[in-house]
Amino acid sequence: MHRYDFVFLFDVTDGNPNGDPDAGNLPRIDPETGAGLVTDVCLKRKIRNYVGLVHGETPPHEIYVKEKAVLNAQHERAYVACDLDPKAKKRTDGEAARLKDWMCGNFYDVRTFGAVMTTGVNCGQVRGPVQLTFARSVDPVVTLEHAVTRCAVTTEAEAEKQSGDNRTMGRKFTLPYGLYRAHGFVNPHLAEQTGFGDDDLALLWKSLEQMFEYDRSAARGQMTARRLIAFKHDSALGNAPAHKLFSRVKTPGLADSARETPPRRFEDYEPQIAVDLADLPVGVTVEELI
Amino acid sequence: MADPPAAPPSGTPPDPQSVALRVWGDFACWTRPEMKAERVSYDVLTPSGARGVLEAIYWKPEIRWIVTRLRALKPIKFTTVRRNEVASKIPTKGKFGVGAAMKSGTGRLGLNIEDDRQQRAATLLRDVDYVIEARFEVLGGADNAQKHAAMFARRAEKGQCFHRPYLGTREFACDFEPADLADLPPVPEELRGEKDLGWMLHDLDFHNGMEPRFYRPTMTDGVIDVPYPDWLEPPPRRTPQPDVAVAAEGDAP
Repeated sequence: MHRYDFVFLFDVTDGNPNGDPDAGNLPRIDPETGAGLVTDVCLKRKIRNYVGLVHGETPPHEIYVKEKAVLNAQHERAYVACDLDPKAKKRTDGEAARLKDWMCGNFYDVRTFGAVMTTGVNCGQVRGPVQLTFARSVDPVVTLEHAVTRCAVTTEAEAEKQSGDNRTMGRKFTLPYGLYRAHGFVNPHLAEQTGFGDDDLALLWKSLEQMFEYDRSAARGQMTARRLIAFKHDSALGNAPAHKLFSRVKTPGLADSARETPPRRFEDYEPQIAVDLADLPVGVTVEELI
Repeated sequence: MADPPAAPPSGTPPDPQSVALRVWGDFACWTRPEMKAERVSYDVLTPSGARGVLEAIYWKPEIRWIVTRLRALKPIKFTTVRRNEVASKIPTKGKFGVGAAMKSGTGRLGLNIEDDRQQRAATLLRDVDYVIEARFEVLGGADNAQKHAAMFARRAEKGQCFHRPYLGTREFACDFEPADLADLPPVPEELRGEKDLGWMLHDLDFHNGMEPRFYRPTMTDGVIDVPYPDWLEPPPRRTPQPDVAVAAEGDAP
């Protein structure tokens, strides 16, 4: 396992990528800059859903933190027999270590993102190797509010009130377009501790590529993974500062371009997106996965 | 708490075991322990959080980091974010715990987040930039202080880390580089003067049941002098060794 620092670009067209529960489900916005935000946990949710879906919720790719739709599809299951070898080099509380290892072995999300278990030893925390930060749109986004009607009502009482007219109004919020950029990290030292291996990493890349394809809904509009650029370090500790690698991925916004109208398609950004491959630090390779 | 002893003098002559690291990021959340359900950040980073950043870059059981001074380089700004979070931890005991499923080979494990949801707001810091000044104490092993100093310096310079350091919580990963104390940006207007930050977490006392220890810092022109964590056992006395031999080891690529 190597250290990776990655940049993930995705976009939304006429949808709400991540609603803000504090603002009546409007798309999240950084109030200072007007840039759109998508939280780390929102992206992690989609990775979990994707992995749960494609692996049918079976060990070793089961998902611990589920959404209801996924839960209903699954019943009792036999777990991979996991009689852990006594060589496990844990000192004090062998049981806690076994629990941790067993959970990591069965659950993809536990060994990828970590989990908090009530084992008592060091709070039973598993720190996962994969860390995501908030995604942020390249340009300020504009929220559109749409009033929509429904030609049915939920209750009899409501129908009577409207004397049979049976119409209700609802609201939905969309962004006409937004290109988002997220940064992530894969940590080989923590990967070793949770057993996150090369197959798991491949699955992570795959899930970033495809997760939006299985997350269609009325609210999301059209979301698409656009680019995934991973900087691979030869040494486990890393060969260059992450911020210097990230700055090689240029995603210029409106302010930096000659454009006069707001972007509405990926094609409005695409020609300017570039990865600076010149003079890469020794020991760093770039993998353009999407 | 009794009068905290003054921080060990730093500077003259330059202390070979001291370091200065600049860290910055879009967001930070140094959660106040009294407001941790709906997290509210302290105004600035805590010594404990700063220690976590240093340990993410370099740490060995033979050393411990002592934060001596913290500097804020940007005005203090807050923003809020509310997220859907899970209410419970993974149970290990009982009928639905991990232990039972492990034993029997069957069982239902998993949290249904929609039944177990908490919406929590977090009051976060925005756009932060700090300098952490710290020194390490050697607790054991060979007298190889210079090795530790060189390894930290090398990692900070190359952007290497054991795990990605973060500003309070893991979603707020931070960038870092060695700080040049002689060449810091001017103190922003908002940070000028003296500011009483109130009682803040200093660090946890891991030898006494993780007891939290507090201090009451004053920030002067963005600078906080951090008192020595007086609950710690003093580091063992070491026999100094000739610099030459150690330097050769420390400088090896």
